[in-house]
Amino acid sequence: MTTTDNTVLQITDLHAAIGENEILRGISLTVNAGEVHAIMGPNGSGKSTLAQVLAGHPAYEVTAGRVTYDGEDLLEMEPETRAQRGLFLAFQYPVEIPGVTNAYFLRAAYNEIRKAKGLDEIDPIEFLELVEHRLKLVDMDPAMLNRFVNAGFSGGEKKRNEILQMAVLEPRLAILDETDSGLDIDALRVVAHGVNSLRRPDNATIVVTHYQRLLNYIVPDRVHVLAGGRIVRSGGKELALELEARGYDWLTEAAPAGVGVGTGA
Amino acid sequence: MSVQGYVEAFERFARDGGRTPAWLAPIRRAAMDRFQALGFPTRHDEDWHFTSAAPIAEADFTPLAGLGGPETVADVSSADLEPFTFRGAEWPRLVFLNGRFAASLSSTVGLPARVRVASLADALANDTPELRRHLTTIADTERNAFAALNTALFTDGVFLHVPAGVSVESPIHLLFLTDAEGARGVAYPRILVVADAHAQATLIESYVGLGDPSYFTDSVAELSLGDGSRIAHIRVQRESQRAFHVGLSQARQARDSHYASFSFATGASLSRANIYTDLAAPGAEVTLDGLYLADDAQHVDHQTRIVHRAPNCASHEVYKGILDGAAHGVFNGKVYVHPEAQKTDGKQTNNNLLLSTDAQVDTKPQLEIFADDVKCTHGATVGRLDEVALFYLKSRGLAAEEARTLLTYAFAADVLQRIATPAVRETLESLVRERFVGVPALAAG
Ligand SMILES: Nc1ncnc2c1ncn2[C@@H]1O[C@H](COP(=O)(O)OP(=O)(O)OP(=O)(O)O)[C@@H](O)[C@H]1O
Ligand SMILES: [Mg+2]
Repeated sequence: MTTTDNTVLQITDLHAAIGENEILRGISLTVNAGEVHAIMGPNGSGKSTLAQVLAGHPAYEVTAGRVTYDGEDLLEMEPETRAQRGLFLAFQYPVEIPGVTNAYFLRAAYNEIRKAKGLDEIDPIEFLELVEHRLKLVDMDPAMLNRFVNAGFSGGEKKRNEILQMAVLEPRLAILDETDSGLDIDALRVVAHGVNSLRRPDNATIVVTHYQRLLNYIVPDRVHVLAGGRIVRSGGKELALELEARGYDWLTEAAPAGVGVGTGA
Repeated sequence: MSVQGYVEAFERFARDGGRTPAWLAPIRRAAMDRFQALGFPTRHDEDWHFTSAAPIAEADFTPLAGLGGPETVADVSSADLEPFTFRGAEWPRLVFLNGRFAASLSSTVGLPARVRVASLADALANDTPELRRHLTTIADTERNAFAALNTALFTDGVFLHVPAGVSVESPIHLLFLTDAEGARGVAYPRILVVADAHAQATLIESYVGLGDPSYFTDSVAELSLGDGSRIAHIRVQRESQRAFHVGLSQARQARDSHYASFSFATGASLSRANIYTDLAAPGAEVTLDGLYLADDAQHVDHQTRIVHRAPNCASHEVYKGILDGAAHGVFNGKVYVHPEAQKTDGKQTNNNLLLSTDAQVDTKPQLEIFADDVKCTHGATVGRLDEVALFYLKSRGLAAEEARTLLTYAFAADVLQRIATPAVRETLESLVRERFVGVPALAAG
């Protein structure tokens, strides 16, 4: 695997455990600017764990391996530093925060990123204009801004709200953990449209999904299959179609223990 | 001061006599006898199981306004009171300094003509039937030693009478201040609110310490809510961090009346608020809400009592507490439903947030139901900041400390939403933010 100036994320032989239980067992993956990578795989294979470890969740202990983000050691950074440097995780299960309005939350997050870049806080009026524009992108009712973060939102609304945050924060690396699950087909199109319109040559996206249909809208450069905490197969977008037709069994049974087969890019 | 010390103080007070109308004198004496019989509560009293009154019983306090004398408003000016107003609102207010009415700091401009609001001393000097009919008839002095003590010894306070059908638009602020001059003193503020049929008013009862003198406030508020009347009553306890505060607020509600009580407590070394209401006739409703914040070695205790005596009444109660340092919070909420109180709708919750390992809380919601066709629920929680939510905030770029303060503030925010007067709600929101330094304004947009 080669690292270029273009490399956003490089994961090398990553192992992570929760308590005694090793969940990630040697993951290697390289994501370059401008790319979209899809990660698929059976339930419990470690997809969310990988996403959470990249975001810095304290419950997971990295037991071996390295992760560099824009050439720096990601694992050394606090979760908030990762976010301030442009890493964004759309949660599989977005968290409800009663008492904090969506509008306040978005602005606080936006300003943290500006502060990290040495910029002043954004003017509230200017921010409102930005948010209104982004709301349109994800087809969300502006009234949602005055509601408490995710509190009482439907499953689909929560997912849309994650994409709204992403649209406002414009991350360098976005990791979408099953953002398509629980969305109806119209919402799926809206979300995919949002993600596509934010795609730029200098950012990158990892989409975790169970469904090939999302990949009709967000076309990946690479598809990886995660099983038992390892990437057992990587390929182009046609791999997703093959998985749709054949399921995962043919891959998981063939996977030799202890060796990661295939790596990213 | 021993019980005997208070008895002697009472005898001196009774001899002086000048300020007590004849009809009140025997009531005061009976209350003193009751106090003597009850003594200070101990941990053996069920109602004081989690709170020790010993620091109050053992300290020596001098009556602050016991024997009259000229009003002394030493160095306090209206400008000094600005921080204790609600966003600078110029509402009618009665200010008391060290137990004594401060006319120069008070104003009743803007009240409807027939509304009567006066210092209690003035009201007693110009007795009215409403005053006589209600004063000392609502507060439970039978079981409550501190209320008995107040009844025996109060010298001043507030009388508010809102006649039938009158709506008072502007909130009325009662501000009880204690400064260094009041150190080692005890004051017995006494409030009587009489709302006749369909009257409406909002009342704020604030206790504030200037600096950190040690003193004792023993207050009693009685509220009579006539048929269809609506009273909002916000209690703001910001006594000095070295003060002792015991307060009773007791309401009696007639048919279809609506009482909204909010108790905000952040001050005092040791505080106890008894918030009681009697739903005495059909259709009466009450919301009893509160928020207590304590840190260091503060002890903050709330005891609420809702008595459903009549059918078709509703009581909704939400109390929240945030405890840091080695603070101790107590919540004891009782709801009694008498056999005749069918179709009662009662809901009670108490949620506590512990921010440190040394902070503690005792919560005891109690339902005693003797009617069969009722809908009553209660619940209590004690928790810490949600780690998942903390991570979510951090994953969006908020620093750890900021995420903690934001979640702490958010915990308190929803109960404050239950205060109808925006200026009061916003002021209390700022007090919460100041208390947990660093949380910026949560304005939408
Ligand atoms: N906090 C945790 N405590 C205990 N076990 C955990 C925890 N988080 C993950 N695991 C375990 O790790 C394994 C991988 O979980 P993970 O959520 O990463 O799977 P996934 O691939 O995202 O699955 P899905 O497709 O169902 O979302 C599972 O066996 C799960 O039970
Ligand atoms: Mg998952």
